[in-house]
Amino acid sequence: MSVPLLHGAGSVHSVWMAAAGGNTPSIPAPQLEYGQLSPMLIVFGAAVAGILAEAFVPRRARYTTQVGLALTGLAGAFIALIVLASQGYGSTKSGLIAMGSVAEDGPALFLQGVILLAAVVAVLLYAERGLDPRTEGGPRDAFTPQGSATPGGEQERQATRAGFASTEVYPLTLFAVGGMLLFPAANDLLTMFVALEVFSLPLYLLCALARRRRLLSQEAAVKYFLLGSFASAFFLFGSALLYGYAGSFRLPEIADAVNGTATTTAGLAISTHNDALLLIGLALVAVGLLFKVGAVPFHAWTPDVYQGAPTPVTGFMAAATKVAAFGALLRLFYVALPGLRWDWRPVMWAVAILTMVVGAILAVTQQDVKRLLAYSSIAHAGFILTGVIATNRQGLGAVLFYLLAYSFVTLGAFAVVTLVRDSKGEATHLSSWAGLGRRSPLLAAVFALFLLAFAGIPLTSGFTGKFAVFQAAAAGGATPLVIVGVLSSAVAAFFYIRVIVLMFFSDPQPNGPAVAIPSVFTTMAISFGVIVTLGLGLLPQYFLDLASKAAQFTH
Amino acid sequence: MNSLIPLLIAAPLVGAALLLLGGRALDRFGHWLGTFASLLSFVFALLLFSSMLGRSVDQRPVREHLFSWISVGTFQADVSFQLDQLSMTFVLLITGVGTLIHVYSVGYMAHDERRRRFFGYLNLFLAAMLLLVLADNYLLLYVGWEGVGLASYLLIGFWQHKPAAATAAKKAFIVNRVGDMGLSIAIMLMFTQFGSFAFGPVFATAHQASQGRLTAIGLLLLLAACGKSAQVPLQSWLGDAMEGPTPVSALIHAATMVTAGVYLITRSNAIFDLAPTAQLAVVCVGAVTLIFGAIVGCAKDDIKKALAGSTMSQIGYMILAAGLGPIGYVFAIMHLVTHGFFKAGLFLGAGSVMHGMNDEVNMRHYGGLRKYMPITYVTFGLGYLAIIGFPGPSGFWSKDRIIEAAFAKGGTEGWILGAVTLIGAAVTAFYMTRVMIMTFFGEKRWQPDAEGHEPHPHESPKSMTVPMILLAFGSVFAGGLFVLNNNFQHWLEPVTGFSEGNSPLSSGVVMALSIACMLAGAGLAYVVYGRSPVPAVPPVGSALTRAARRDLLQDDFNHAVLVRPGSALTAALVFFDSKGLDGFVNGLAASIGGISGRLRRVQNGYVRSYALSMFGGTLVLVATTLLMRSV
Repeated sequence: MSVPLLHGAGSVHSVWMAAAGGNTPSIPAPQLEYGQLSPMLIVFGAAVAGILAEAFVPRRARYTTQVGLALTGLAGAFIALIVLASQGYGSTKSGLIAMGSVAEDGPALFLQGVILLAAVVAVLLYAERGLDPRTEGGPRDAFTPQGSATPGGEQERQATRAGFASTEVYPLTLFAVGGMLLFPAANDLLTMFVALEVFSLPLYLLCALARRRRLLSQEAAVKYFLLGSFASAFFLFGSALLYGYAGSFRLPEIADAVNGTATTTAGLAISTHNDALLLIGLALVAVGLLFKVGAVPFHAWTPDVYQGAPTPVTGFMAAATKVAAFGALLRLFYVALPGLRWDWRPVMWAVAILTMVVGAILAVTQQDVKRLLAYSSIAHAGFILTGVIATNRQGLGAVLFYLLAYSFVTLGAFAVVTLVRDSKGEATHLSSWAGLGRRSPLLAAVFALFLLAFAGIPLTSGFTGKFAVFQAAAAGGATPLVIVGVLSSAVAAFFYIRVIVLMFFSDPQPNGPAVAIPSVFTTMAISFGVIVTLGLGLLPQYFLDLASKAAQFTH
Repeated sequence: MNSLIPLLIAAPLVGAALLLLGGRALDRFGHWLGTFASLLSFVFALLLFSSMLGRSVDQRPVREHLFSWISVGTFQADVSFQLDQLSMTFVLLITGVGTLIHVYSVGYMAHDERRRRFFGYLNLFLAAMLLLVLADNYLLLYVGWEGVGLASYLLIGFWQHKPAAATAAKKAFIVNRVGDMGLSIAIMLMFTQFGSFAFGPVFATAHQASQGRLTAIGLLLLLAACGKSAQVPLQSWLGDAMEGPTPVSALIHAATMVTAGVYLITRSNAIFDLAPTAQLAVVCVGAVTLIFGAIVGCAKDDIKKALAGSTMSQIGYMILAAGLGPIGYVFAIMHLVTHGFFKAGLFLGAGSVMHGMNDEVNMRHYGGLRKYMPITYVTFGLGYLAIIGFPGPSGFWSKDRIIEAAFAKGGTEGWILGAVTLIGAAVTAFYMTRVMIMTFFGEKRWQPDAEGHEPHPHESPKSMTVPMILLAFGSVFAGGLFVLNNNFQHWLEPVTGFSEGNSPLSSGVVMALSIACMLAGAGLAYVVYGRSPVPAVPPVGSALTRAARRDLLQDDFNHAVLVRPGSALTAALVFFDSKGLDGFVNGLAASIGGISGRLRRVQNGYVRSYALSMFGGTLVLVATTLLMRSV
């Protein structure tokens, strides 16, 4: 898909090509720094191994193999990341690798770390198979036994009875994680696009694989796929326009062209004269990324997809996709277009304000926990955007910290959602959560903690993160934005606390849902969420320092 | 050795945590656990004391930094302790008397099913009080200050099933809040003025602050002291606090916590010495309370309330002495320690009497108990001799020094203060003699209790009498030891400073005067209560007596001046809130809900609409970006 467009962009620049010599004799073999790429390589390797395992490992052993492989791969990548960070990549050494198309710098390392940890938690949630009663067949997880079977059909019933399981979800997730690792590190628009597609395609598939309410799940997947492709097209078109302007896909070189510090050639002199290319390109690329973070008015997919997807996948998407997409957004605005900030800031202001306000207001009337969390994630995207708009190093650090904090609250919250069940699976309607605090005080307290963190109540990670981004935005001259942010937070606090009130101060329904006893996997995932939420709330200084130390892009 | 300092606090704190969280499993031995924690703390205190005595005078104060609590910019709050001669005195008093009262409580609370909880609260109190006196900065002191307030609240209301106890607990808590506000504002003022609230920097730079600032800080500290130490105008809670179990009255509301105000003023001597106006206010508060408490003590028939009035009055002496500056600090603390012994002893004696008399507290229903409770009689009697200032026992020495110091203030002020303290001594002798005669002498006026049980007075068990005997030793000998070679003065002088002042009267004359006043007071009481029988129903009495029975109308005053206007203001605010603010807030909430409901319709589930909205959004985004450039 990208090849013809590339040629198209090339032909626009035939003048420039001719001036530069035109006759490239041969394509030199790229020089790759395998050591610095190792986190991604390990994840991709594990994913490939997972596919092989799917083919060759006997059915009974697949679940164990896949879970082990996924966790080992993620852990290995995380260790590689730590090693890289401790060697000074990301702080003292230059992070530019793979011929300048990847920048493994501070923000990239930090966000990759967050993505890997979030993925570990997500895999733990995937691996949970103890929530449904074992009526027939084998133990059940959140995924359909056979993705190709018609929902509700005979084939599906047979697959269930035979104890099939879609263990493909593990390699699919690993591919997505690999793409997400590359996304915030991508230093040119093409690499960024490839990464975008690499992590999006597995997610589309994963969304369709819910065991319960499969029609809803498949509908969500189709919607996500259609709208995602639409957004990708915008991104790609925008990239082409930017290439047309700057004569390069490399973000630093685009920055040079914008600032007028690029080596002037005849072709560049003509194209940089045309600001429309640059501005439209900027807007379109931004649209592609804003879609992924779920900013208004590109948010419409979020509630439907979050509701339809299997809950562990929703948690993974909500946490890791957001981290990766914000990473790319930051790199675009901070590396490629800082010289243009007076053009994009007013527009982004409007987007941020809309995102915060619409997210918060729409959440007020939601009746479904997963949709509620979806709108809450939209509002949070708005809060994070205020930090992005700050365009200072403080803002960058604040966004990094916020993403870390937010990921684990979100994963924890969705993990709790998987546990509240009735005979039809997860009971996501809010009315069935009434009085949960009386029947399962511990679980309700944990969920209340996550809600308080979402609301940004002090002593939770949410407060620290929100405080950091608002402080940075105010320092960056965006005080009105901060005021809107605080007011939206107040609106948002209403519906978070409404759920707490519902859980603790309402009478339980007579046929209300029961809380399933989780296995060690879900317990670990939730505990991890609680620890991070409280840890970043009570003793945030170390991680704040880490984030602000990492907040330096390599150009 | 210094690392023992945090352990002083840790022992009772761990005890409290175990006892309060441990559940019923600890019911059988919880009281001994609490007592052990207290004893352990006392042993640590003794070790630290002996180590301190072994050092030369300028090496005695030590500091122990535990950890940095809050560090934000220039705001530096540390958890660190300072053990100097002043803290050491308090630590020994708190842990020593505290341990004795723990032992006493084992017997006194033997039949209470919530005894474990009681000991948990007592341990909590010890930990908080030790934190208060060991803190090396005002913020940490404030933590302890609030902690003792909490423990006091919990213990006054320990028998919460009695409405009177519950109300008294609330009253104590609320009145104390007023004082606490003073302390917190004082700390804020210190921070803005000195950039710190640690004792060292504040005292070292106090002279740089303006007179007005220092006076304000001083007055606010005085307000705090008034609340905690039940001084006029925040005295109203102490009488009602006697609803708590008697060991609590002895430990918290007589010997230790209520003297925290004296500690605060003495500790802040560097500030008060530079703020004469604040010092004058301190002296006035002390003088007024001294007489106020004494008058109340004369009229009460409830033995504990009579003793509470006396406590108020005796703390008035200490506050007065502390307000005299370097002339009086040492004697304020000395009287505090001797008072800690004899007043705790008196309260424990009162508890012992109540124990034997079916919890009767009305002295008009006592009489002739000396034959039935010989040990209580003797120990109570020794405490009595100490408090009235009979030559020999400790109260005489410490009170006499305060009277001398009052005269030594010099000028008219000195004469007035001297006269007030002498009158106070006379009234003290009067009301204590009254208590003594009504309780232990005269004929029996015993009455059956509410359920018709006749009282059968008997001596209390050993766990109660032994602490009383030990405290009686303290009541008798402590004062003499303190004044011998001016021991106590030399001990405390490095912390508080000392000056002789210039007394217009020689110390011999003052001593003679105070003995004369004491004899006059005691003699008058003997004439009124000893020579003629005590009526079982109180006579109507003069207007002053009637007012004194009602605590000199303190509650009526508070009700008229504070409570009624306060209620009116609250009612007005509630009206404004429910009609004005709530309407606005509810309207806002409803309109947001309405907007939300309408916006929701956009989310119609059709992917084509979503795509259209994205497309529209993109168009707007592109157009605005271009427009931004052209404008």
